[in-house]
Amino acid sequence: MSKNKRLAANRKKRLIIRTIVLLVLAVAIIFAIVTRDKVKVLAVGDKAPDFELVDLEGNKHRLSDYKGEGVFLNFWGSWCGPCKTEMPYMENQYKEFEGKGVHILAINIKDTRLKAETFRDQFGLTFPIARDPDESVRRAYNVMPLPTTILINEDGIIQDIITRGMSEDEIRSLMESIQPE
Amino acid sequence: MDFASLSSNLLLVSFIAYLVATLFFGGAVKGAKTEKAYQNSKWGTIGITITIIGFLTHLGYFITRWIASGHAPVSNMFEFVTAFGMMIVGAFILLFYMYRTPSLGLFALPIAVVIIGYASMFPTEITPLIPALKSYWLTVHVITVVIGEAILAISAVAGLVLLLKVTDLTKKSKQRFWLESVIFTIVLVVGFILSSSMFSIMGNEAEFTYIDKNGDPAKIEYIYPPIFGMNEYEALTPDAMTPLFEMPAIVNAKTLTTFVWSVATGIVLYLLIRLIIRRPIATLFQPFAKKANTRLMDEIGYRSVLIGFPVFTLGALVFAMIWAHEAWSRFWGWDPKEVWALITWLFYAAFLHLRLSRGWEGEKSAWLAVIGFIIIMFNLIAVNLILAGLHSYA
Amino acid sequence: MSKIKCQCGHENPFGTVLCERCGRPQTEDAINSKTVDMRYEGSARRSQTYKRTIIDKIWNFFSSVKIGISIIVAVLATSAIGTIFPQKLYVPVSDAELGEYYERLYGIFGVIYYKLGFHDMYNSWWFITLIGMLGTSIIIASVDRVIPLYKSLKMQRTKRHPSFMKRQRIYGSGQVNDADDSINKAAIKLKELRYNVKIEDGAILAEKNRFSRWGPYVNHTGLIIFLSAILLRGIPGFYVDETLWIREGEMLEIPGAPGYYIENNGFTIENYSIEEDDEVFSTALERVGMIPKNYQTDVSLYKNADDALPGQTENIELVKDESIIVNHPLTFDGYSVFQMDFRLDELKSMTFQLTEKATEESLGEFTIDLINPDDKYELGNGAIVEVKEYYPDYDGIKDGEPYSKSPIPNNPAFIFKMITPEKPEGEMSFVAIRQTLETEENDYKANFLSAETRDISGLTIRKDRTLYLLLFGGIVFMIGVSQGSYWNHRRIWIQKGEENEILLASHTNKNWFALRKEIEQVREYADLPQYEDREDTESELDDEEGDFK
Repeated sequence: MSKNKRLAANRKKRLIIRTIVLLVLAVAIIFAIVTRDKVKVLAVGDKAPDFELVDLEGNKHRLSDYKGEGVFLNFWGSWCGPCKTEMPYMENQYKEFEGKGVHILAINIKDTRLKAETFRDQFGLTFPIARDPDESVRRAYNVMPLPTTILINEDGIIQDIITRGMSEDEIRSLMESIQPE
Repeated sequence: MDFASLSSNLLLVSFIAYLVATLFFGGAVKGAKTEKAYQNSKWGTIGITITIIGFLTHLGYFITRWIASGHAPVSNMFEFVTAFGMMIVGAFILLFYMYRTPSLGLFALPIAVVIIGYASMFPTEITPLIPALKSYWLTVHVITVVIGEAILAISAVAGLVLLLKVTDLTKKSKQRFWLESVIFTIVLVVGFILSSSMFSIMGNEAEFTYIDKNGDPAKIEYIYPPIFGMNEYEALTPDAMTPLFEMPAIVNAKTLTTFVWSVATGIVLYLLIRLIIRRPIATLFQPFAKKANTRLMDEIGYRSVLIGFPVFTLGALVFAMIWAHEAWSRFWGWDPKEVWALITWLFYAAFLHLRLSRGWEGEKSAWLAVIGFIIIMFNLIAVNLILAGLHSYA
Repeated sequence: MSKIKCQCGHENPFGTVLCERCGRPQTEDAINSKTVDMRYEGSARRSQTYKRTIIDKIWNFFSSVKIGISIIVAVLATSAIGTIFPQKLYVPVSDAELGEYYERLYGIFGVIYYKLGFHDMYNSWWFITLIGMLGTSIIIASVDRVIPLYKSLKMQRTKRHPSFMKRQRIYGSGQVNDADDSINKAAIKLKELRYNVKIEDGAILAEKNRFSRWGPYVNHTGLIIFLSAILLRGIPGFYVDETLWIREGEMLEIPGAPGYYIENNGFTIENYSIEEDDEVFSTALERVGMIPKNYQTDVSLYKNADDALPGQTENIELVKDESIIVNHPLTFDGYSVFQMDFRLDELKSMTFQLTEKATEESLGEFTIDLINPDDKYELGNGAIVEVKEYYPDYDGIKDGEPYSKSPIPNNPAFIFKMITPEKPEGEMSFVAIRQTLETEENDYKANFLSAETRDISGLTIRKDRTLYLLLFGGIVFMIGVSQGSYWNHRRIWIQKGEENEILLASHTNKNWFALRKEIEQVREYADLPQYEDREDTESELDDEEGDFK
């Protein structure tokens, strides 16, 4: 009798071990499939990486200085069509929201200083525009297509990532969404 | 005499030595009445001595060329394939002293001779190293691969001897068909060597311009009379033969022309021999295999895979990965040559498992060894010529 | 499923073919066969014993060597298919154009190849799954075999039952003059041949190189380490693979290596030349033409202060100056930067001359840095050229204004305002390469004089924390495969039968001819009976001299 019991116990132990081993291997295979395209992208809900850039006027902007307020972070380039389209909308909304705790910070990618300035003057932009000459901020945010807009809420958390041009209504509602209470 | 020309003379000497040694091994096998006589015959002793002399001069070629060029002579197709032939002879000498079988030499040496002949169809001049090859890993990686592949090739030779011995060539069978096909393939290679040398001697080179697959203009020189023309070709040589067909950009018409001429020559050669002897060519070789011990050949075949497999793994995978990491920034990049090295490795892994766990011995194992050799040759020849990749610098 | 009790009293697990202790055959098949399969010592493989639940069925599936070989063949075949046409990785077009590319080059076969996903074979889920199954098979098949093999080799008794001896491939029996003396002499000779000799009640077990039996399991362990290392790369931070295009003179943050900056101090490309290089190469150079000799990027590596934020570069410090050459990457802090590619001759600066059209008299020259242009250039004598607009990659007029299609200075165009003492209010002019537009007829013009170019280096940045683990896996594999290939496990059993009868049997996992040579030596020395190799019917074993030299 005890012999049978022992056998049954052994069998149970074996079944458990086999189940665990097979599960681990299955998880490993799934992990390998999931991680094969290793493009790590900053996702909604992540903490926005801090950075410091100097704008065209020579003022320093550090993201953490805006703690408690919303930040509308826009990456753009002068040659990009949708960027040009949305710039005037951004300018309008910037004036609307500047006093309400939502800031716009536009980061230029790859253009020369001259080009960024003439672009600013052409569109009459008054919100701060910073250049990122060594592209470290672009890399920190993993920005690939232009324009890319990252909405950062009062807690410094990324609330939304938009990787296309936006309409003025869209910009307004997005800015409302990161407006502090 | 400078090192470069000394080197080519030494190679010629070794080439002739192998041919002569083959004859002596033939004598050893033919003259043997008993197994003992077969193993200890005078002819065999002379044969192996000449083989060793050939191997030493071959090694002399290798060393003098190394001195002349300043890098290990394994940097292009001619050098690589010649080294492969040399290592096959080396591996044969090793196994001869382990097992004392003249039959092995009788088949290994002609194969080495064909391989060296094949090598000399490629440009033989000494080329400087491109940046990617400037590394001591070139020496370490390629020489290890060559040794590994050569030892593996011996298993195919042993397999061939075994198959020739056990196959009944008087009756039609699948095995007879495939065995004859293997011999036919070797005749094709001989056809390539013959036709290529013949047209080189005749010296009817023709130059053409063409548009490559990226739409860029390029130049190409034919040694063979051009049957197939490159995409939008135009002859630069005035009295060149006009190609019969124009190929699209994706096809390398020159390679195709070479291929068709070689196959044609091979077929003519094969038919001629068949016409003269009026039976499968394999029967010509069979008497030389009859004296071999089946079990022993099986063992040599298995043993050489066992010896060669770790060496091949070390050279073609481990060293290759270390170098690839240094030169190309990644240890593995799925380049066709890399993939075919992996395929070769997987194939021999399957060979070993089939043998160990499923009892594939004798004929089955011999066939696997022959297929393994075909895969090695495919990687050596076809991948470089047909499937372009990072390794196609030959 | 209970245990099987052998006649010798030993209890064997269910599925045992040969008794673990004495070697008596336990199954009908084994009893009826002439020679017995010694692959796993006739022990019970666990997989064969329990077949109840689905888990056991899956386990048994992967435990089968037949399945293992099938998976190897499947990997082999899919790998081969992947080389028919170039993989996506080596195709010079963007993802969107892939389908069109394969169709254009390879026609209908290209379309099928692309549609089936073979263009990205090695990254496809089914290929990864196949590799995963291979790993699973390696683990389970090994575990299932190594444990019983270990147990039975450990448990084996010196004296085997005659029925076991009789079923060995090498077996002999016969009367000798003095059996005890033969046994003693055999033991001496076997020790001389470096066998591990055990004597027990008139029976000898001589064994050699048992460790070679563990070879396969060691090399399988190496493979599993290797595969796990590859798996680890999926964990963030373990593996970085980025590319960086950097112009001469530019300084950029190194992608994947936050806080590190690299400055390109100059790119060099060199070819072999018939005049300067060794004359043995001249034939090849004449035939081939250009053969590249060196690709090199001279760089400076900088590190930012640890607490610096992206964008802050005040506290940047030089780490080192180095030349990145093919085969000689720049290494720092676990990263390697490789020379991979280059683009030659991008426009760097353009020099113009301001002239009065009528007299063709020059008012001075100015050079515009195309990456960092100034907004005005003072030429002295009161002449100033203001740059009102800059289009680095001018591509015609769009929506009524000049348009630049990228920020790269491929085709620079400018709007200049030329201020001269004669025209203090300035004249506007649009200047592009081989093109000048004026709104109204100007008195002055900016003439293009010359341009300078520079090269761009393509670098690859790698960090692979799994490298050492991969290497370790490789080394373990090499140890295992050598141990299993270059050594053979040999055993010789000799025992006394009736009166002066001696039984002799032997087994090895491979290389029977070498084993026979050794037995031959023992036989001559110790006067043992003649034996036969049941699988070799051709060798002349009866011939006294017929051994294998």
